Amino acid sequence: MKLLVTFSRGKGRKPIIAQAVRDTGVLINVERAVIDSSEGEALIEVPDDQCRLVSDTMSTLGAHVRILDHGVSYDESECVDCGACISVCPREVFSFDADWKLHLDEGRCILCGKCVDACPHRALSLPL
Amino acid sequence: MHKTIGQINDRIRDGSARVVTAEEMPAIVAELGEEKALKEVDVVTTGTFGAMCSSGAFLNFGHAEPPIRMERIWLNNVEAYGGLAAVDTYIGATQESDTQGKEYGGAHVIEDLISGKTVELRASSRGTDCYPRRTLTTELALENLNQAVMCNPRNAYQRYNAATNTTDRVLNTYMGTLLPGNGNITYSGAGLLNPLSNDPKLRLIGSGVPIFLCGGPGIVVGEGTQHSPAGGFGTLMVTGDLKQMSQEYLRAATMTGYGVTMYVGLGIPLPVLDLDVVRATAVRDEDISVDIMDYGVPSRNRPSLRKVTYAELRSGAVELNGEEIRTSSLSSFRRARQVAAELKQWVESGKMTLALPTRPIDPAKQNRPMHQTKSSPKVLEIMDKKVVSVGEDEEITTAAKKLLKGETNHLPVINSGKVLVGIVTTFDISKAVANPGKAHLVRDIMKTKVITTTPDEAVDIAIQKLEKNNISALPVIDEKSHVVGILTAMNLGKLVGGRWLK
Repeated sequence: MKLLVTFSRGKGRKPIIAQAVRDTGVLINVERAVIDSSEGEALIEVPDDQCRLVSDTMSTLGAHVRILDHGVSYDESECVDCGACISVCPREVFSFDADWKLHLDEGRCILCGKCVDACPHRALSLPL
Repeated sequence: MHKTIGQINDRIRDGSARVVTAEEMPAIVAELGEEKALKEVDVVTTGTFGAMCSSGAFLNFGHAEPPIRMERIWLNNVEAYGGLAAVDTYIGATQESDTQGKEYGGAHVIEDLISGKTVELRASSRGTDCYPRRTLTTELALENLNQAVMCNPRNAYQRYNAATNTTDRVLNTYMGTLLPGNGNITYSGAGLLNPLSNDPKLRLIGSGVPIFLCGGPGIVVGEGTQHSPAGGFGTLMVTGDLKQMSQEYLRAATMTGYGVTMYVGLGIPLPVLDLDVVRATAVRDEDISVDIMDYGVPSRNRPSLRKVTYAELRSGAVELNGEEIRTSSLSSFRRARQVAAELKQWVESGKMTLALPTRPIDPAKQNRPMHQTKSSPKVLEIMDKKVVSVGEDEEITTAAKKLLKGETNHLPVINSGKVLVGIVTTFDISKAVANPGKAHLVRDIMKTKVITTTPDEAVDIAIQKLEKNNISALPVIDEKSHVVGILTAMNLGKLVGGRWLK
């Protein structure tokens, strides 16, 4: 399960992810993170059965946590199966099936948004 | 043995013609041999579906009451051509909306019309005795237009060079997103299904030949603009009735950072007249090669990094300098197949018969670059030739003095061999003074990643470098990396002084 963790670094720059790992004992995989002097956003992956535990712990530590049920949103009616998205995706979410139809492996998606800009047909978008 | 176009059309009419797609043909020829394939197959259908920027449509609106001679025309805020008399216009696919920019353009207007949506027409005129009206606004659907004729000056490129990017930043091009450091390769084209690749000598494709255009029947007008079949890059000018087209085979699109384009589905049925046609239509992806061009070089003459076939491109990865680079197609092979399959069905059912060109297209033509009477300004012409530089082992205070004396904000840093190794700005020096620490020498505070230009680089390219990197000066270097000048935002003022913008 993927969680989007956002936090402000205003008060004391707490090591939220490290703290959560130590408190819960759950091994967190950081898929992508943007952290600057004042705020941060990290996409983390945790085992499904420990998702709630990690989410609650991080919330207590002052982070805002959102559970992401879906990867990138795909509008099949706009897609023409060109494949412009395939090579720009760092996680190889996209591929062609035997009939040259675009196939998505949504579970691999880390919502980086690279494909959103690369799609000429605006068939891909990030879930809000 | 050979067949005539009349014999083939007779078979189409009586429903006995054997029609196959260009994708099926190579295996048939391999299995039966050329002679038997000629006997067996009457028609090969081709197809392609990809971005074809040079497209658009002529529209006739009928006369308003009181009448107007439209001089400026907008459809959903996308400007259309106003130089075709009273109530005709041409809407070009890549024209962008005055209000929505790159997200909506001429291609979207055409797609909206085809899908049954209404479009707002706005027009203005100075008013004449015979056409007194000055402004007009109305909502129009495709059915309200007298004529809506797609006419695309350059479609169906025989093949297209693939693209990659050797620079260290992302490039947004009409070849899609190109990741830095040859991070990916993009390509376009239907390979073995492409119409011109199945008739490279242009024996069958020419003026008056019936085609599939965006889901409706169309016709080849003649050679397309930029037609250059001598090097394998033939193009076609085509036309068709917008009212018979389908959204399935026409899609507006936006290439991020580039602009609006239109995806066009186009197919041509080829009569199998003789052995030459059999051989030409047996072409495979392995037989069609293109260059992988470095789009990091902003010039008409981009260097080719290697040759590659459509078979390799379509495999998903191509080897470049010992590395496996993933590929992305910008055209849709699936839809190209659908075009060829639907066209096959049209011919099988007798909906479309075939014709030979009423006027042939030159198969040996070579496209020429633009004849330019004025060369574009070069960096040499506007750069500052008096450039103050500083040695990497000099004290920061020396650099500060030089900056003050030279009344400049940028100081190129050179080593003992006079080779450019860095740059310091007034900002770097202020920072070093404000936070005194270990740094004493220029080399401790200089930026080593220097964006540079050369004397013979076009000013437009240098401006692009300044903008993309958000900087205000470029050291100008020669082939030995010696600093020969500096180009700052100030020098660009010379450009607007009217010297080049006459």
